[in-house]
Amino acid sequence: MPIPHIDFRANTQRVSPHLIAATQKSTRTALAKRAQAIEIVGEDQWQALRQAGHDIKLHALTHLDEYLPMVEARVTQAGGVVHWARDDVEARRIVLEIAAQHRVKRIVKSKSMATEEIELNRALQDAGIAVFETDLGEYIVQLAGQRPSHPTAPALHLTKEDIAALFRAKLGVDAPPDPQTLCEIARGKLREEFLSADMGISGGNFLIAETGTLVIVTNEGNGRMCTALPPVHVAIVGIEKVIPDWEGLAVMLKLLARSGTGQKITAYTNLITPGGEEGPREFHLVLLDNGRSRMLQDEIARETLACIRCGACANICPVYNHVGGFAYGAIFLGPIGAIVAPQLLGVKVAGDLPFASSLCGACGDVCPVKIPIPNILLHLRHRVVEGDQFASATVSPILGVGARVGTTALGTPWLYRLGARMMRLFQASFRRGDWLPTLPPPLDRWTMARPFPAFRSDFRAWWRRR
Amino acid sequence: MQAQLFLTCLGENFFSPALKDMVEVLERLGVQCAMPEGQTCCGQPFYNSGFQSQTRGLARQWLKAFGATDGYIVAPSGSCVDFVRHRYVELFPAGTREHALAQATAARTCEFSQFLVNVLQVTDVGASFPRKVTYHASCHGLRGLGLRDEPKRLLRAVKGLELIPLSSEETCCGFGGIFSMVYPEVSRAMMEDKVNTIQASGAEVVVVGEPGCLMNIAGGLQKINSPVKAMHLAEILASRA
Repeated sequence: MPIPHIDFRANTQRVSPHLIAATQKSTRTALAKRAQAIEIVGEDQWQALRQAGHDIKLHALTHLDEYLPMVEARVTQAGGVVHWARDDVEARRIVLEIAAQHRVKRIVKSKSMATEEIELNRALQDAGIAVFETDLGEYIVQLAGQRPSHPTAPALHLTKEDIAALFRAKLGVDAPPDPQTLCEIARGKLREEFLSADMGISGGNFLIAETGTLVIVTNEGNGRMCTALPPVHVAIVGIEKVIPDWEGLAVMLKLLARSGTGQKITAYTNLITPGGEEGPREFHLVLLDNGRSRMLQDEIARETLACIRCGACANICPVYNHVGGFAYGAIFLGPIGAIVAPQLLGVKVAGDLPFASSLCGACGDVCPVKIPIPNILLHLRHRVVEGDQFASATVSPILGVGARVGTTALGTPWLYRLGARMMRLFQASFRRGDWLPTLPPPLDRWTMARPFPAFRSDFRAWWRRR
Repeated sequence: MQAQLFLTCLGENFFSPALKDMVEVLERLGVQCAMPEGQTCCGQPFYNSGFQSQTRGLARQWLKAFGATDGYIVAPSGSCVDFVRHRYVELFPAGTREHALAQATAARTCEFSQFLVNVLQVTDVGASFPRKVTYHASCHGLRGLGLRDEPKRLLRAVKGLELIPLSSEETCCGFGGIFSMVYPEVSRAMMEDKVNTIQASGAEVVVVGEPGCLMNIAGGLQKINSPVKAMHLAEILASRA
């Protein structure tokens, strides 16, 4: 189903102050923990780790032709089945086929952005299969009928009071707004699902090419339950998740845990290589492209694919912190979402998002793998406005004419000075002292919040008089 | 030492007192100032709006004004300097004459505090400003040019000035150029947060080294009739008891 144009401004105007307060509380905590974790590592060491992480991911991304077949060979050798999914349609079909073969009725899932991206849950439910999200945050969001509002903390927009009310409405349990109690309730419900599920679905944080090992990090152990208890495990993993070797994994794990939650290591790091006595009888790995190989063609924007989904850029972003995750209109949130969405969904759908940034640059500084997010935002703004070899412009050509007039006027010294003189005349009727408190559209977009300073433009005259 | 004044379009049109003060401080330190007449706007607003091809014309005009001059080019803005230093070279293909000119000119373009502290190696400019002052770190100076300490070292050397820390000093004020026009509600929310932290700091004056942020923060303070005044760094450094 095609996604309609994401109207970021309209979306921001629907956000409740309650959601913003909950979001800011969580992001503040995450950033404080991150800062502590990095202080222990030491700034120099942290910068060295970031560079190493960047280099590992970029190397892998530019050598997928080497590492993906290696993954396929190793996984197959070990007794797993590898599937290649060109897009979301193929990925859903593959999973549905596996489910049908095994007459699957109940599925438990661990947190996965790739399955959100391909809207897998809806397809499974349409096929009459019950799907249970088992990450606590995802479970809550699923109960609420919402989508994640943050890459690592899907329910961070809800307070404990919201969650208690949700559990009362959906589960019929009367619980105090106490995290421990609420967690126990969810745990009890989920335990039954883990034991009765006939398929487990996971994503993957990394894929280690040299051994064909799938890596899943969680803090709740639900990832291990989903991938070990049911007889069939299907992992849906984007092709950009591959890294060459275990040495690289050591770097990536250090970066991911510290950057995301300020932990030294997440509580559970699952390293899954198919085969052996334990675990599911069948392991399927679905390698998902869905636009990623197209993204790789763009030498500037392709660094986007280095993302390890830590959520730090969202945590630090002043825009995200004032609009929350839903304003981004899809599951691609925060600064990284603002550069992923236009590439995956196209600029027609997500062309607003690269502009949803004050270009403050905090995201680029905080990114554990040094993705130059501000540069890529600018690169995509250019794509939206002037078009490039990957997509044509989507804004009205009138804007281009306006820009032509503007650049010509500002770039011609006498016109530039004439313009300033005209502005001084124009402002007379609006002027109150040093300020212009109200201005006509479109400048009222500025004056709705604060007055505009009056044009002075008297420096050159002063300079000449001296 | 010679300095070419890069006024910046916002500086020239809205903040001439700060520019005059910048000249005063530079001359006090024995710097000879010149002002290339042909300068207009560096093009950043168009570039950041996505009109990156169209920005070339403005970059050419800027290079025409400054390319043949001597000495450092000094601006009261980290953002415009960041733009000239880091984007101009991308606007012209490597190997062209314009690329080489952009590279050479960008290398001698400095933000005001950067010029004082890193080039002139001066922190005490002989200013006196006996007030409680706090400092907002503008994003492009901070992250684009790496100016973390320079402005504060200058402020600490001002006689009588009490520098009060600002919580979230490094958080964006919400200006963001066209961002403030495209998403005015979000920009406003960010600006209001900034103004609230400034008011809570207990300072009488907030110092900003960036015309864009100054428009935004000074306007925000004006809107609520705050007793706190927003001033450009040059205005503080030019003050004498």
